[in-house]
Order: sequence, then structure tokens, then C-alpha cells
Amino acid sequence: MVGIVIVSHSKKVAEGIKDLAMQMVGPEQKIICAGGMEDGGIGTDAVRICDAIQSADSGQGVVVLVDLGSAVISSNLALELLQENGIDTQVTLADAPILEGAISAAVQAFIGGSMKEVVEAAELAREVLKLL
Amino acid sequence: MTTINGFINAINDELNKNKEYLTELDGLIGDADHGINMARGFNAVVTKITDEDTDIGATLKKVGMTLISTVGGAAGPLYGTAFMKAGGASVGMTRLDSETVEKMISLALTGIKDRGKAMKGEKTMIDAIEPALEAVRVGIENGNSLIECLEMAIVAAEEGVEFTKSIRATKGRASYLGDRSIGHQDPGATSSLIILKAVTAHYKTKVLEV
Ligand SMILES: Nc1ncnc2c1ncn2[C@@H]1O[C@H](COP(=O)(O)OP(=O)(O)OP(=O)(O)O)[C@@H](O)[C@H]1O
Ligand SMILES: [Mg+2]
Repeated sequence: MVGIVIVSHSKKVAEGIKDLAMQMVGPEQKIICAGGMEDGGIGTDAVRICDAIQSADSGQGVVVLVDLGSAVISSNLALELLQENGIDTQVTLADAPILEGAISAAVQAFIGGSMKEVVEAAELAREVLKLL
Repeated sequence: MTTINGFINAINDELNKNKEYLTELDGLIGDADHGINMARGFNAVVTKITDEDTDIGATLKKVGMTLISTVGGAAGPLYGTAFMKAGGASVGMTRLDSETVEKMISLALTGIKDRGKAMKGEKTMIDAIEPALEAVRVGIENGNSLIECLEMAIVAAEEGVEFTKSIRATKGRASYLGDRSIGHQDPGATSSLIILKAVTAHYKTKVLEV
């Protein structure tokens, strides 16, 4: 199964999103949080994101969902650090709203979707209307 | 003797002195954490570096890696990348000349631009660093000393910080404010100026000592 990483400035946000997404899938689906800093403070940390990506990978690749600003910058840096360290996990950042994207991605990953399908599912969440 | 550890400690001292100031600037157009972030990052850095760290490049890479995982805000991966790239231009060196300093700032700036997908005029640290780099280049062309080049860079960076007041932010937290970001000075450009001033002041006292 494709693994999922949730990168948020806040530990609580990342864990809350994981809780919601896990309701939709079985316990074997890997959703790993990289929320906040090592000390629990608000922020993003590329090294923690690297670790989360590695824990989420079971060989089929990892899709990363991000919140704002430095979550994107730190995640891109994490991809570069992995590459520099010779770790060839397939990783893609999804350009999607973090909560809705995580839920769509989790469902798609759990039913055996490919990396491409999981990213597409996450990014489709951008277009879903809520008030119709 | 000037050690790279001395420079890093000088930067840490100045960032800690300006912690509230930088945080206030960030409070006006961002999330009020820039000074706290930078102080936390450099406080962690100084615990990892000693006078035994003589290889400037290797030390700066260590500084960069530490900033990446301790600063927290956008400044973390951006300054982290900048210090790592500057380190890449000074591996194995124990002293610096103007040409190396130019290369270090140049690679740092390119690193920041690539990492944050920003350019000059977006109200970020780039607005201080790019003019500083250009000033160093002019200094080298005119045959100025390293201290003179750094002093020219400070003047240019000060103008760059001043310029950030006149423009709208299109990157980072301040971009959420749109036109309301005009009139305020960018915290990241300000911390870049503080770092440049700290390095220059430290270098001057050490050179005068010899
Ligand atoms: N994309 C970018 N490119 C260059 N500099 C940037 C970028 N985004 C932010 N900055 C710089 O970072 C400074 C803010 O640093 P700070 O440590 O406060 O991060 P932040 O904006 O709070 O981060 P976050 O994205 O996590 O909210 C800004 O003043 C600006 O100079
Ligand atoms: Mg901030």
C-alpha cells in the first residue's frame, strides 16, 4: 500500500487529521504524522519529515500532504535530504487541502491505488464543492 | 585568532539581543515568531560547535542541518539551506578571502531562492541578501579589502531592508495580508542584516587584535 505522511505546523492538527482518515481505512494503512517540532512546539522540521516518510514507506511509495508555508519548504528539503542520503523511496507532495486530501488519499491507498492514483485522489479534493 | 565558532557565537549573541525586535516585526505582518525561531535555532547551534571545529565548510554544514530541525518557521529550511550551501563553498578552509565570501553568499542566495521559489521584490530575506551580494561583487571589482566589501554589503542590505517597507509581500505568512503588508519591514530581511552586521563586527575586532 502507498503510505501517507501528514505534515502540519501543529502536532494536534496532524494527529487529528490522521484520526479522521483512519476511520475510513483499516489499521494496516500507514498514515504517519510529522506535526510540529521535536519539543511539541509549532513549526516544521525537515528531519522529522524525512523520518516520517521512511516509516510510511512499505515499498510502494509515499504521498505527502502539507499545510502552509514552511510545511511545503521543509517537505521539499526533506525530499532532497533523502535523495542525498541515497534513500530512493518514491515520494510525491500532493497539492491538495490537507484534511480533505488526506482522507481521499487514504481511501485510495487502502484500496490498493498506485502512487499516481493516490496523488490524483488527493488533488481532486481541491475541486470538491461542499455546499451544493 | 578568528575561529568559525567565534563568528557563530557572534551571530547567536546578536540574534538573541534582537529576539524581541524580530518577533515584534513578525507580529505586525506574520505569526510573531521570527525572533523566537532564530534564537531557538542558534541557541541549539552554539551547543554543537566548539573551537575544535576549524573546517569552515564542515562547520557551516553542521550549522545548516541544526537550523533545519530547530528553527521551525520558513526561516529554518531557508537559512538551513543557505548555511549548507555556503559550507559547500568553503570545505576544508580555515580562513576566508573576498572571492570565497562572494561565492558563499552567492550559493546561499541561490539556495534560498530555489528552496522558497521566491525572487527579489517579494518582501523576504532575499531583498537584503541580493543587494549585499552585489555590493561585495562591486567591492571585489574595485579591489577593496574584505572588510570594505562587508561594509559595503551592510549599506546595501540596509537599503534592501528599507525597501521591504515599500512593497507588498507575495511569499510567506505576510502574503496573507496583501496590501496591508505595505509599510512594514520584513523580519527575515532584518535578520539577514543582523547576521551580516554580526559577522562584520566580529571580523573587525579580530583583525584589529592581530
Ligand atoms: N518563500 C520564501 N522565500 C524566501 N524567504 C521567505 C519565504 N517565506 C518566508 N520567508 C522569509 O522568512 C521570514 C519569516 O520567517 P519565520 O521564521 O517567521 O517563518 P514563518 O513565516 O513564521 O514560517 P511558516 O511558513 O512556518 O509560518 C519572512 O520575513 C521572510 O523574509
Ligand atoms: Mg513567523
